[in-house]
Amino acid sequence: MKTTGIMTKQTVFSLPLNQIRKDFPILSTNVHGKPLVYLDNAASAQKPLPVIDAIRRYYLTEHSNVHRGVHYLSERATGKYEAARSTVKKFLNADSEREIIFVRGATEAINLVAATFGRVNVQAGDEVLITELEHHSNIVPWQMLCEEKNALLRVAPINDRGEVILEEFDRLLSKKTKIAAISHVSNALGTVNPVKHMIEMAHRKGIPVLVDGAQAVPHMRIDVRDLDADFYVFSSHKVFGPTGIGILYGKAGFLESMPPYQGGGDMIKSVTFEKTIFNDLPYKFEAGTPDIAGAVGLAAAIDYINLFDWHVVEQHEQELLRHAQEKLAAISGLHIIGEAAEKAGVVSFIMDGIHPHDIGTILDQDGIAIRTGHHCAQPVMKRYGIPATARASFAFYNTREEIEALVKGVLNVKEIFGHV
Amino acid sequence: MSDLNLKALYQEIILDHNRNPRNFKKMDDASCSVDGYNPLCGDHYTIFLKLDHDIIREISFQGSGCAISKASASVMSTVLKGKTRAEAEEWFEKFHHLVRGESNSGGSMDELGKLAAFAGVSEFPARVKCAILPWHTMKNALEEKKETVSTE
Repeated sequence: MKTTGIMTKQTVFSLPLNQIRKDFPILSTNVHGKPLVYLDNAASAQKPLPVIDAIRRYYLTEHSNVHRGVHYLSERATGKYEAARSTVKKFLNADSEREIIFVRGATEAINLVAATFGRVNVQAGDEVLITELEHHSNIVPWQMLCEEKNALLRVAPINDRGEVILEEFDRLLSKKTKIAAISHVSNALGTVNPVKHMIEMAHRKGIPVLVDGAQAVPHMRIDVRDLDADFYVFSSHKVFGPTGIGILYGKAGFLESMPPYQGGGDMIKSVTFEKTIFNDLPYKFEAGTPDIAGAVGLAAAIDYINLFDWHVVEQHEQELLRHAQEKLAAISGLHIIGEAAEKAGVVSFIMDGIHPHDIGTILDQDGIAIRTGHHCAQPVMKRYGIPATARASFAFYNTREEIEALVKGVLNVKEIFGHV
Repeated sequence: MSDLNLKALYQEIILDHNRNPRNFKKMDDASCSVDGYNPLCGDHYTIFLKLDHDIIREISFQGSGCAISKASASVMSTVLKGKTRAEAEEWFEKFHHLVRGESNSGGSMDELGKLAAFAGVSEFPARVKCAILPWHTMKNALEEKKETVSTE
């Protein structure tokens, strides 16, 4: 595919950051008169030109509805949409396109599994196992299911470093557990869970596992077959694609056994008032006109990140993380929350006597965008006895200079609060 | 420009009330108390009022949150002590206009006294709800509404 970005396939050992950053025009803008330092990637990543242009091109020359018309544009749109599914299938190393369901995002994907697989398989007295690290989107759908079914939501605790206590996780996988739902990477702390090992533990007891990959996909190569994940979900917007679209990967055997999520057009083979025959995978789960442009944009985002060697990306992000943690930890009165042995590019921190919200406002005036609050992970905050943290999160386009700007900004926060 | 905005927001009086909040205690014999919560940032306060007919005899608060919300609650408690219900509601309106940057604040900066320190908040739309959370909570307490206030 011809891209409009300036990056081409890389075989280098370090990232050409100047060139990469030119592909993300927003990174060169000013905020409050200062160059933008975008460190809120865990909330949403920025979009490169090839993604923006693919969506524009789609609407300019290729748009119609999918799977319906016999006319040229409908075939063209269907082709693009299904090609995007193929791109995602390769990206996750899934077995087949039938296992790739387009949804609105990771949240909808989890709700889909809870409402279909969950409703069929979880009954009164059964258990669903999650971890203490989860984002609200991997807590609430299961809580709703458990309430409806009179089932029990069990939570595997974390240690002080922010790592799931594996012995406890194993112990909580019981005969009553019908599904375990675990995050691959914690959005609040950056902890990388040993999901492959955790899946093995669950599978030894015959328990299927859903992995929330929303925070993992931008940072590491995902191979759902190697992980042996039964379900794997992620959102496009965190991996440099558009908002409003995401992916549910499910093993075909599970997806086939599950009832549809929503009824409507496209998910049927035939409809009479007496009976509807549902469509085959993946269409059974895609009622209504999908976000076609979103799928096209997501595929363009995947093509873009595939230009880079994942090892080089990981190395760069780990270097940013190491540098940021070292520099921030050296500031007196600043405490890093979450010190797992394995972390993705997320640094959560608090400062003595200064609320994270004030840190966020002051950094913003320096053009530095971080997230402050509970990060939709209130149980994690509760675990540490704090209401909120300030969180800087990195993407591969971030630079060492931006870390320096963050550190300088944090020192300015201390100065304003008179804590010099 | 931005540094000036920051200085206008984090005035010494706000930093002082954040560090040493006044009337920061639980009131066991309160006539009413209401919780205020800002789910986005986790600011969480309880406002206690002791009413003597129409007059606020005592006002105190507890909880945690950012400097703006804590200073707002603290300054509010010093301003409203001894005021009547009607006066408290007037101050509520004045404060509202002030932090939203609406010029008809119904009083000059002199008249606003300590509250004038919050004028800088109007330059930070995301922080307006921090400043007004304690005030909304106080108003509900005055009106004896029991449900938790949420500024979202």
